[in-house]
Amino acid sequence: MKQKNHTALKWIINLAFVVISFIALFPILSLLLSSFRPSSELMRNGISLTFDPASLNLDNYTFIFTQAGDYWGWYWNSLAISAITIVLSLFFSSMVGYALALYDFKGRTFFFTLVLFILMVPFEILMLPLFQLMITMQLVNTYTAVILPAVVAPIAVFFFRQYALGLPKELMDAARIDGSTEYGIFFRIMLPLMTPSLAAMAILQGLGSWNNFLWPLVVLRSNDMFTLPIGLATLLTPYGNNYDLLIAGSVMTIVPIIILFIFFQRYFVAGLTVGGVKG
Amino acid sequence: MLPASKNESQDHYKHPRMNRKNQPGKRPQHDSAKKPNKIINFLNSKKVVPYVFVTPFILSFLLLSLYPTVKAIIMSFQSVLPGQVTFIGLENYSRVFNPTFMRALYNTSIYVLLTVVILVICPIILSVLLDSKFVKFKTIFRASLFVPALASTIVAGMVFRLMFGETDTAAANQFLGWFGISPVEWRYNAWSGMFLMVLLCSWKWMGVNILYFLAGLQNIPKELYEAAEMDGATIFQKFRFVTLPFLKPVTIFVTTISIINGFRMFEESFVFWEAGSPGNIGLTVVGYLYQQGIQQNDMGFGAAIGVILMLIIFIISFIQLILTGAFKKGDA
Repeated sequence: MKQKNHTALKWIINLAFVVISFIALFPILSLLLSSFRPSSELMRNGISLTFDPASLNLDNYTFIFTQAGDYWGWYWNSLAISAITIVLSLFFSSMVGYALALYDFKGRTFFFTLVLFILMVPFEILMLPLFQLMITMQLVNTYTAVILPAVVAPIAVFFFRQYALGLPKELMDAARIDGSTEYGIFFRIMLPLMTPSLAAMAILQGLGSWNNFLWPLVVLRSNDMFTLPIGLATLLTPYGNNYDLLIAGSVMTIVPIIILFIFFQRYFVAGLTVGGVKG
Repeated sequence: MLPASKNESQDHYKHPRMNRKNQPGKRPQHDSAKKPNKIINFLNSKKVVPYVFVTPFILSFLLLSLYPTVKAIIMSFQSVLPGQVTFIGLENYSRVFNPTFMRALYNTSIYVLLTVVILVICPIILSVLLDSKFVKFKTIFRASLFVPALASTIVAGMVFRLMFGETDTAAANQFLGWFGISPVEWRYNAWSGMFLMVLLCSWKWMGVNILYFLAGLQNIPKELYEAAEMDGATIFQKFRFVTLPFLKPVTIFVTTISIINGFRMFEESFVFWEAGSPGNIGLTVVGYLYQQGIQQNDMGFGAAIGVILMLIIFIISFIQLILTGAFKKGDA
């Protein structure tokens, strides 16, 4: 009797999860499907639950690959900005996290408290003074303006510190005896050991930068400098005759990320749930 | 050529201390390398190295975090016009509490309340179920619930906007039509506008919050459940008296980040209405900051909004620190 109850419960719970997973994936699946539908129909009807299978075609993709020069400019901007952000922010924050974890020095607690404090300051309050700063430094509408604020990544410092605390300190002493410099120890021995945390943070910073919206919206001024989210948002007009570009372009923005996710799931999860390290 | 000379200078560094080898061939270079060695030795001492590691971060912090924060607070007491900055005391703050800002604050608060309730309660239940022995294909469910977090809010919001279009042919209205409900103009009513924003946010972050709670569940010792079972506890009693108390730290954490991110919300509103929504039904605090500070170029006023936002977030973070007992341990 009890056993039977459990089987029924099992079925209900599993079915519930199938439905919930489907709901989670539905917007992305319908985006994929809609990208094969005529854009004029999308503009008129929106995304509908019913569609004519015979109307599916590759026109939107033909358009984006042959005539949408702007779009690929945005794509390049997003790629370049994300890549530079990843390299710079990881370089700076891994050094700090490592030093905070493995060296005893005056001010260590102070620096760590400082990191925790920056973590609490919302970016929105920095935005206006930063914008002024960019105007004075004549950096408006450049990659530098988008990248600079992302270089200070307290969350990454926090994560690297946490990770480096678990590294074997004996390795450092051994390397010192072998005559390695402190910098050699970091770059040749400890940094390679930190690879998993570097991967997680690269994903956090990269995804954040790829999807970043408010700050690029403020500092990027011309169409040729837009990143993907900004560029796509300009197409969101009610008079849209650009829905072909909007829909196919959106797919090309998301799909590479999802493919990366399939291969590096572990690092995505570690990167996007950083805050939980502490809790 | 370069790597070789680098090795030599390293050898010299070892030479006096370890006294290992006689290296007559390298003597002449020793004297010429003496000066840089001193600097290298200094930079390489265990006392100095950590400061070298920390410096780039500190410099960027000073320029890109501390300076703007202080500047924003100062600006909030000023009237900032191109080429003309005047101190105006609390005028910005007295202007802030106008009906439009109150509307923005109201919208944001409702949004925070709804997203927190949804993004804490649902993930707790779902994570407990997902962790139970009943569910097969756990990894697949977990992964598909996580996928929305990868999408940019702008792209996802665009899809939602097309699904919740005004026409009766758009997905949401089609669905309602099957139950004989007439089409809704989703983006033009206060309630449905709020519904869209909350839905978009909940959809995006549900999977991430489930992962937080799943991680929290791993900390519960299995023996506790066995002990409770021996005492004859029902499933719900086990949930109430074993699971929930152990999830308290994660719950506090998830609640805090949900509140903070809720108050900082901007994109969810922008994607549905761009610059302005009918009757400001979608206006948020950050949206108002953007509108006044950037679009109207009234930076002093915008800074005042920013300072209020920062105060709200500090208060919430402070409450979190008290709840998690950060002040009890006595380590600063």
